[in-house]
Amino acid sequence: MEVPILKQGHYLIASIQSALTDADLSQLREALIERVGRFRARGVIVDVTALDVMDSFAVRTLRDIAHMARLRGAETVIVGIQPEVAFAMVQLGLTLKGVSTALDLEEGLLFLDQQAQLRIERGTGRIDRG
Amino acid sequence: MADDLLIPITADTDVVTARQRGRDLAAEAGFSSGDQTVIAAAISEIARNILMYAKRGEVTLGVVTNGDRQGVVIVARDQGPGIRDVERALEDGYSTSGGLGLGLPGARRLMDDFDVSSTVGKGTTVTMKKWRRMNA
Repeated sequence: MEVPILKQGHYLIASIQSALTDADLSQLREALIERVGRFRARGVIVDVTALDVMDSFAVRTLRDIAHMARLRGAETVIVGIQPEVAFAMVQLGLTLKGVSTALDLEEGLLFLDQQAQLRIERGTGRIDRG
Repeated sequence: MADDLLIPITADTDVVTARQRGRDLAAEAGFSSGDQTVIAAAISEIARNILMYAKRGEVTLGVVTNGDRQGVVIVARDQGPGIRDVERALEDGYSTSGGLGLGLPGARRLMDDFDVSSTVGKGTTVTMKKWRRMNA
């Protein structure tokens, strides 16, 4: 089951709709990293609201997406981790350390906007070529 | 346990099936949605271990009653290479597959009872249970 990826301004939004196999997750990783380049995206949001389980493979893949996207110049934020899922993740020892998270899509977009603002203030923002 | 569900594990889609069936069974047995998630996550870890180390195997799911407790029993069986050092495999961060090394120890933390029996060259059986007190 392929995860739809939407382009919204400078951001990519991957909205997971149903349970994913390991192959689906790997496919999502490849697709996102490729599209960061194709659409010159500065931010990536992965919405996991619909995921009812996150195991070690899912967490590792999300972490890889965040780190790979950063190497390509885009910030990633994972949004929508459900309370039960968070509980099970902590029990499993999975923390998503080093990866940004936000409560939901709205907060995720706000976070990316703030990150973009910070980059501009630090003078590391990319220049728009209209 | 005649009503046991047997799920063959030969592909990554079977891992998803196993954890979804496990969640359904836990729901039927009256577990909270938090516990259902915990059980599904544990099944996902051990089912993936089967794929990763043994390529194929099976997961059986059943419900048991013990006094005023009801439990979900999950047995994961394979005829794979076996685990040379079970104690070590239950330590966090120990992996021979390049994974996170959280599969077995993570699943153990999620469940109430956890037992691994393994013979090198013969295979591995993981038996795990989660209990809940039935309403009086």
